[in-house]
Amino acid sequence: MAEVLVVVEATQAFGVKKVTLELLTAARELGEPSAVVLGGPGAAAAMTDKLAEYGARKIYAAEAEEINGYLVAPKAAVLAKLVQSVAPAAVLLASSQEGKEIAGRLAVKLGNGLLTDVVDLDASGVATQVVFADSIIVKSKVSKGIPLVTVRPNAVTPVPAPATPIREELTVELSEADKLAKVVDRVAEQKGARPELTEASIVVAGGRGVGDADSFKLVEELADLLGAAVGASRAAVDSGFYPHQFQVGQTGKTVSPQLYIALGISGAIQHLAGMQTSKTIITVNKDEEAPIFGLTDFGVVGDLFKVVPQAIEEIRRRKG
Amino acid sequence: MKIVVLVKQVPDSGVERHLNGDDNTTDRVSAGNVINEMDEYAIEEALQVQQRHGGEVIVLTMGPAHATESIRKALSMGPDSAVHVVDDALRGSCAVATSKVLAAAIGQIGPDLVLCGAESTDGRVQVMPHMIAEWLGVAALTGARKLTVEGSALTIERQTDEGYEVVTAATPAVVSVWDTINEPRYPSFKGIMSAKKKPLETRSLADLGIDPAEVGFDGATSAVVEHSKRPPRQAGHKVTDSGDGGVQMVDFMAAEKFV
Repeated sequence: MAEVLVVVEATQAFGVKKVTLELLTAARELGEPSAVVLGGPGAAAAMTDKLAEYGARKIYAAEAEEINGYLVAPKAAVLAKLVQSVAPAAVLLASSQEGKEIAGRLAVKLGNGLLTDVVDLDASGVATQVVFADSIIVKSKVSKGIPLVTVRPNAVTPVPAPATPIREELTVELSEADKLAKVVDRVAEQKGARPELTEASIVVAGGRGVGDADSFKLVEELADLLGAAVGASRAAVDSGFYPHQFQVGQTGKTVSPQLYIALGISGAIQHLAGMQTSKTIITVNKDEEAPIFGLTDFGVVGDLFKVVPQAIEEIRRRKG
Repeated sequence: MKIVVLVKQVPDSGVERHLNGDDNTTDRVSAGNVINEMDEYAIEEALQVQQRHGGEVIVLTMGPAHATESIRKALSMGPDSAVHVVDDALRGSCAVATSKVLAAAIGQIGPDLVLCGAESTDGRVQVMPHMIAEWLGVAALTGARKLTVEGSALTIERQTDEGYEVVTAATPAVVSVWDTINEPRYPSFKGIMSAKKKPLETRSLADLGIDPAEVGFDGATSAVVEHSKRPPRQAGHKVTDSGDGGVQMVDFMAAEKFV
């Protein structure tokens, strides 16, 4: 069976991202998954167990300080060379900003087609995407080259399939053109142990109805009780209630969790664009005419400052 | 400093949008077309850089003939001139071909700085800045929430999931911006009037030296096979809180095994 390259994404705090395990799971349907680690010295060793658990037959390790020292160009350069030498059946990346950017450069380097934000990929290479605020389902394929696909987090359920991967080192040879956008500082802003927004199984999001920044503590309290990520509508972000990196919707993140709890969010079409593929949606809103009720599985028309504290108390009671 | 701002005309994302039944392309004819929202932030940033450092701001658009409406609107905010790449053979172009065409047009203009929105509201692909930079062999600084220009040195702050990064590059470079970077100005009456007289040049594929076989449907590296309307979500159960709304919500969560 042909190799399928899976580009690994990881964070400092949590290691291999869940989306990478989802990609390995999807890759097994298409061929033999090979994980590609593009990172600093020692990056691959720390990830080997996790990648093996999810079925990586091979781990390609490209490790050099320079890989992390610049925006995606070095990663694309290493990956392009690898694709040319192993001729994989497909290349899968996460549909994150970085995943898409690497894929974009790779597409130009190889003259290869590119499909982004894919939610399903079948064995014949036909990809499913949902576009225009998730209102239209599109089936598409790469017509020139191999399937080069970025997959939306939470689109696939990660399933372990233990393997014993062979490690192969890749030499990192970069040209000057790969080293033009230099990262001079990385500043950690987000503290705490909340899951990453696009990867979380549960997202609790607040909108304009939350009222002010201080009241977002209530949204956070419910989120922490459920092990959820916190999201915010654009109205809440623009009003300064919550930081932009947590914005869900058209000019923010697209999420697809098992459960999305919308608090004080009316449901502008631009917000729905970022969350309506959530499996289950719960809404609390004062306005019974709020558009979001139209796609809500369970809605409470009421004051979120009464409903949410009661729900928090009830969850605590049941947890004992 | 010579600045090119990429402006894309997109179907208004605030209303229902469609794909054409015959060839699966975006319906840009019956749609209410507007400037891609994020591009307005790129225009504003270009004008602010121009205010501080001088030079000129040129709008660059690839799109069908009716994209001129959006170009004039962009010019009404303050840019000096515009270039419109328009050619029937471009219909159906994929991202790779689009980036090639834009890179060729940018190459002819020869700017120090290319500014664009981080994503378009129709495609939402986010790859154009890196693709263009790849063709041109220049730096791409993407997702800026802050841009500083000092001589030929560019510095951006970009939001990441874990915080932010500070990234530098020398001109020429492509910089994409998010809507956190500034607050776009509204066109003044004077701006609207003068936009009608500003130079707007059109360029064809022949002008750019690109073979039509490399773009459009013929040159596309990916293709849409089919599309269908996604069945709308059905509204479920709705209760009005009469004192036990929170408990009812938890009952539902328990039934769905979330608690």
